[in-house]
Amino acid sequence: MSDHEYVPSSKFGKWFNDRLPLLTLASHLTDYPTPKNLNYWWTFGGILTFCLITQIVTGLTLAMHYIAHADMAFESVEHIMRDVNYGWLIRYIHANGASMFFLAVYIHIFRSLFYGSYKSPREIIWIIGIIIYLLMMAAAFMGYVLPWGQMSFWGATVITNLFSAIPLVGEGIVTWLWGGYSVDNPTLTRFFTLHYLIPFLILGLVVLHIWALHVPGNNNPVGIDIKKPSKDTVPFHPYIVIKDGFALLMFMIVFAFFVFYSPNILGHADNYIEANPMVTPAHIVPEWYLLPFYAILRSVPDKLLGVVAMLSAILILAALPWLDTSKIRSAVFRPLYKQFYWILVADVLILGYIGAMPAEGLYLLIARVATAYYFLHFLVILPVLGFKEKTIPVPLSITEPILGGSPNLAMAKNKESLNK
Amino acid sequence: MSDKKPERRDFLFTASYAVGVVGVAAVVWPLVDQMNPDASVKALASTEVDVSSVQPGNTITVLWRGKPVFIRRRTQDEISEARSVKMEDLKHPEKDEDRAKDPQWLVMLGVCTHLGCVPLNDKGDYDGWFCPCHGSHYDTSGRIRKGPAPLNMEVPKYEFVNANTIKIG
Ligand code: HEM
Ligand code: FES
Repeated sequence: MSDHEYVPSSKFGKWFNDRLPLLTLASHLTDYPTPKNLNYWWTFGGILTFCLITQIVTGLTLAMHYIAHADMAFESVEHIMRDVNYGWLIRYIHANGASMFFLAVYIHIFRSLFYGSYKSPREIIWIIGIIIYLLMMAAAFMGYVLPWGQMSFWGATVITNLFSAIPLVGEGIVTWLWGGYSVDNPTLTRFFTLHYLIPFLILGLVVLHIWALHVPGNNNPVGIDIKKPSKDTVPFHPYIVIKDGFALLMFMIVFAFFVFYSPNILGHADNYIEANPMVTPAHIVPEWYLLPFYAILRSVPDKLLGVVAMLSAILILAALPWLDTSKIRSAVFRPLYKQFYWILVADVLILGYIGAMPAEGLYLLIARVATAYYFLHFLVILPVLGFKEKTIPVPLSITEPILGGSPNLAMAKNKESLNK
Repeated sequence: MSDKKPERRDFLFTASYAVGVVGVAAVVWPLVDQMNPDASVKALASTEVDVSSVQPGNTITVLWRGKPVFIRRRTQDEISEARSVKMEDLKHPEKDEDRAKDPQWLVMLGVCTHLGCVPLNDKGDYDGWFCPCHGSHYDTSGRIRKGPAPLNMEVPKYEFVNANTIKIG
């Protein structure tokens, strides 16, 4: 929150601002004091906003040509690809945009895990983030159903059937979701409606996410509370705007590479075959960004427990601010946590790889160990670590380790990581 | 709540909230129920299938209510295999006699009871069906024997209209 009262310079500006203080809001956003040591891992918030806008703009234009009907959806997507002016470009941006969105959100989440950004006083920011992530998965899943290819159809069948694991009411819920006795036209039309709606819900949550962020201000690589504004901060504009802009350009290069050079590499070839309720493709896999959870689902031999494990794997993140008992935020000052953090990263990558492999033999064994470790990390290691770990003393301010003497030697060694 | 004696006003508040809740529920229910199967979906209740050309050892797949239905004319070996299984060995114990009234004909939904994929014919460790999605094995009676699926493949309501025609539903 900026400390000064903003007064517009023009007479009209003042007249308007007295009635609707939009200019005060704009001035708050430009002056917003930001820690001066933010590294590039902090640029993904801006990148995510870009991704959301990209999906909304390309989605709206696709919706002008797409037909949500089981008999016409597949053809209408081919029509977009072949006949609509630049339709191929818009669709490829939208389809790869979903992957880019998830790439960015995973980096953003793991950034928070490393620097302890979920800890007090930022729990609400974190929980809103988890809700956004859940809605993103729902949006992407339903979007993938729309082209009505084989993967669309069977992905929809398998995912909606997860609800049938619920005792007693499960079957009723699945029939209600489908609007019939199998995935069919009624399912497609409602998925289109929800796919259209959810991104706007996400947009609303993003506003709340940033609002909640602007109350305590950004966390930073050192993870200490800072005085704002002070020698430790810089105004958002132009400093962060330029840095975010540069990172966004780099990100767009990667994005453009996928769109123009390998637009289908992240998709599945079977989705260019029209949906056929009589034949399941030999190997059904979800989109890459859902693979770790898919691996967890399959690692449990019981239907209900498998679904419970998969959902808990996501929901456990919401409890993270209370599961992590350490008061120190940044992993820079937590030598043990830092190691467990990288083990967790590896664990999730392994789960992702296994999720794409058949669920048998050695793969199944590895999936089970990795699933067990995932829960062990959050339920045992993190709570215990807060009490057992000997942390490195944190500096008093961001500038201290660079300008003043450091309180201890280990700190001096860590100078480099702070300087990033 | 305080120790204050309830007044007429408290009663009015409670009554208004109660009426309000009923009113909201009455509006929400149609909005929820519209998603359930509609009249036209329910109307597609039954299908008749000509099975005269199906040879022993063959399966045909027909679509009923948007779902595949397997109709298999079983060989003598398959029947005896299905009927000799001990009930203790089954995850979902059902006698083959109850699943296939006429032992030659096995009619069931070709839908894996795990998460709804269509299992493959003549595959798996039990000479019946194998579901490629997450590896469920079914025997020659369509009963679950191994893998994550909890139940046997479902036998729908069906009847022989005449020697050559099965009516499903
Ligand atoms: C959170 C933002 C969004 C995500 C993650 C997302 C994701 C997806 C995905 C993964 C597909 C399937 C792409 C394919 O393989 O063809 C898709 C398709 C589609 N989406 Fe979105 N989408 C988002 C926002 C929107 C919005 C706001 C609209 C409309 C206003 C929209 C309209 C469509 C349409 C019409 C299709 C079908 C055409 C096609 O398959 O390319 N999307 N979406
Ligand atoms: S759907 Fe058949 S094993 Fe999962």
